[in-house]
Amino acid sequence: MKNNTITVVTRRDFLGGVFSAGALVLGATVLPIQSKAAVSGDATWQPSVYLGLEPDGRVIIIAHRSEMGTGIRTALPMVVADELEADWKRVKIEQAIGDPKYGSQDTDGSESIRDFFDPMRMAGATARVMLENAAAAKWGVPASECKAKNHEVVHAKSDRRLGFGELVTLAAKQPVPAKAQLKFKSPAEYRYIGKNVPITDLDDIVVGRATFGMDARMPNMVYASVERPPVFGGKLKSYDDADARKVRGVSQTLTIPPFKPPYAFQPLGGVAVIADNTWAAMQGRRKLKIDWDLGPNASLDSTAYKKTLQETSRKPCKVARNDGDVDAAFKKATKFHEAEYYVPHLAHASMEPPVAVAEFKNGKVEAWAPTQNPQAVQDTVAKAVGIRPADVICHVTLLGGGFGRKSKPDYVAEAAILSKQLGRPVKVVWSREDDVRFDFYHAVAAMYIKAAIDEKGRPTAWLQRSVFPPILSQDDVNAKYGSFELEMGWTDVPFAIPNFRAECGPADTHIRIGWLRSVANIPHAFAVQSFTDELAAAAGRDRVEYLLDVLGQPRKIDLRPPKQRAKPDPYMLDIARMRRVVEIAAERSGWAKKKPGNGRALGIAVHRSFLTYVATVVEVEVDKGKIRIPRVDVALDTGKVVHPDRVRAQLEGASVFGATIAMMGEITAANGRVQQSNFNNYPVARINEAPVETHVHIVPSTEPPAGVGEPGVPPMSPAICNAIFAATGKRIRELPIKKQLT
Amino acid sequence: MIELTVNGSIKQYDGDPAMPVLWYLRDLLELTGAKFGCGMGLCGACTVHVEGKPMRSCVTNMSDVAGKRITTIEGLSPNGDHPVQKAWRAANVPQCGYCQAGQIMQAAALLTEKPRPTDRDIDEAMQGNICRCGTYQRIRQAVKMAAGVKA
Repeated sequence: MKNNTITVVTRRDFLGGVFSAGALVLGATVLPIQSKAAVSGDATWQPSVYLGLEPDGRVIIIAHRSEMGTGIRTALPMVVADELEADWKRVKIEQAIGDPKYGSQDTDGSESIRDFFDPMRMAGATARVMLENAAAAKWGVPASECKAKNHEVVHAKSDRRLGFGELVTLAAKQPVPAKAQLKFKSPAEYRYIGKNVPITDLDDIVVGRATFGMDARMPNMVYASVERPPVFGGKLKSYDDADARKVRGVSQTLTIPPFKPPYAFQPLGGVAVIADNTWAAMQGRRKLKIDWDLGPNASLDSTAYKKTLQETSRKPCKVARNDGDVDAAFKKATKFHEAEYYVPHLAHASMEPPVAVAEFKNGKVEAWAPTQNPQAVQDTVAKAVGIRPADVICHVTLLGGGFGRKSKPDYVAEAAILSKQLGRPVKVVWSREDDVRFDFYHAVAAMYIKAAIDEKGRPTAWLQRSVFPPILSQDDVNAKYGSFELEMGWTDVPFAIPNFRAECGPADTHIRIGWLRSVANIPHAFAVQSFTDELAAAAGRDRVEYLLDVLGQPRKIDLRPPKQRAKPDPYMLDIARMRRVVEIAAERSGWAKKKPGNGRALGIAVHRSFLTYVATVVEVEVDKGKIRIPRVDVALDTGKVVHPDRVRAQLEGASVFGATIAMMGEITAANGRVQQSNFNNYPVARINEAPVETHVHIVPSTEPPAGVGEPGVPPMSPAICNAIFAATGKRIRELPIKKQLT
Repeated sequence: MIELTVNGSIKQYDGDPAMPVLWYLRDLLELTGAKFGCGMGLCGACTVHVEGKPMRSCVTNMSDVAGKRITTIEGLSPNGDHPVQKAWRAANVPQCGYCQAGQIMQAAALLTEKPRPTDRDIDEAMQGNICRCGTYQRIRQAVKMAAGVKA
């Protein structure tokens, strides 16, 4: 799958002086995975992972992926430390700045463990072998007799031992072992992998000392609050800042130019109020009088837009997958079922709104930002202020949530643009209203499904259409069709149906579209798993039994185009694994024993996303239109697990995130303006609304690691709605549920 | 001139009395533990104690705290060893961590008022504090641990 090599790199390759002059620093290089290389057109070998040993015995591990709550700043260093036989107490974790030499730092797609488990092991094992060889040379004994153990190298025969620190200088002179010479630990020997190490930032978080983007400061900085065009694509005509400048603490106002289409990650433009504290900037902004040219999207209305998408979904669209002959099977069939589903736009609403500090000085920018993608910060900021990406230093703070929003660094570019005009560091703070009204929204989707049914209620032919504004609209003003979104729960439907056709319809884009935790899997899993439940209900069959029946016999499905199937794929869609998570979720939830009654029932859904198999059973209680979720059982098969507790935490969180989507999440626009603005009208689940208990059942596995951050989300909304149907007989086909039960 | 006590030390403030306490703490005192999340008292990320009671500092003006005693997460305990903080560590509550200072301050105030809270007490006291990562189940567990009641 991947080729890796390790090289010794010199200290001057590092920005920021993390290591001392005597440190042994190893860099692993990793060939970008094929798909990524093809997309970026960049197939060169890039360094991606670093670790250093200091003569004082400290091991410094670079965390090059962003920490937004998944625990990745703990889990990947654990892998290095484990293969190195390092003592975790003597490991120091340093956050990387943005730099292409680390390989991809774009922390999304639930990819960090999947892509970096092996490179991190290699980095650790290489350093360990060099330390063992150094000790062998020093003692004049065969290297095979020297074993690293808990931060020392031990020669058992002579009972001699040397600490890692003492060996650093000598180890640095050892030849770097080839990959074939590396011996990796067996899982039984793991010190940290598979164990629950407290997260790196736990202590700092509970005492309020952890540094998020909101907490970053630079000397002599000022604060900015930006009034942006109320309609996407709007432009500033003129403005009057006389009253704004009278606000105590406000020094001046500046403008940010509008974006040049396509919108990409550019700022939206607008008027910035500069002040000596955040609140003064916000107060000044309220006093601005602005005349906007609202531009081409001022008539956007969500009700009319929804109708357009739905009408599109009722007519033949572009075919994305075609098995057998659906039309011929439909002609022969006598029994059909059809339904339409709808999921609205959603906002990310991470607890920390977008925020950044940047200083433009001597043709360079230094920025502190809560970003999922510091290299995108380099590129976006460089373009915005007319410098080279290499001249942008992006420090990555902790992220107060990301969910995909913070891989788009428009907010960092705003700070850089303003700093360039002002000649001093600027902190741009987005309000919650800014965050909700100027997001890169999860795409609304209208879906249509029709199936022909045999006498057992099993589908013999299946047609489905999905219509949504594509994420590609970021980079292409003419984009109308989804691309990779279709591989997220639409063309990869795993059912054993001889005639199957998946289609995608066109949609215009009138607001910024982006990816949100689990992306198009959200609407697609909702439609497919709800429809399956409808078929089971129509046939009067048990939902779990029916689900297993349509999944069919254990088999492996290669989802790649036929031309790409020459090489083995360790991540083939494995129906046996999918069936197993269904069976486990059913068993652990007490499916067979808990019969519906008194407004209480169970619902199930299964979905594979980011290469992880998740089955979710939700228990609901519906009382006078109000939904309570006392229990959720999630079974997942995500291959090898590095940090079981953080996997559980991600799935617990996904269950809350999914409940929010099902019950209350909705962004709408009228007259081109987004109508929601804060948690009063864009609610997210609170402690009294969230599922009370989520029980996570991890399937033990030796398969390669898969994604964890996102796959828990997609099955939640169909499982909730399927449970509601079982409890009340009411079928929910449009999200959010809101008041549909009253 | 407004005089107040923040984490035990006396402070004087002569700026706009309408400034919310949150921005005074964050921008002027550089105490950044209390977080900005909504600006409307809807999410609880900014929760501090005023005279021991939980308050949303984003909607509490400086004029409202004249002569009052404010405690932030930085001043909750000398060594980060308040029972709530200990329980938060033991249950590995935080994910991203951004809302957790507010959650901890809210939970600490709850336990002062109700040392042995029921599930309903926890729901009522904590429903003003949003966690977008969805750590609620562990928050509930940690509050019970801190109270010494069975989770």
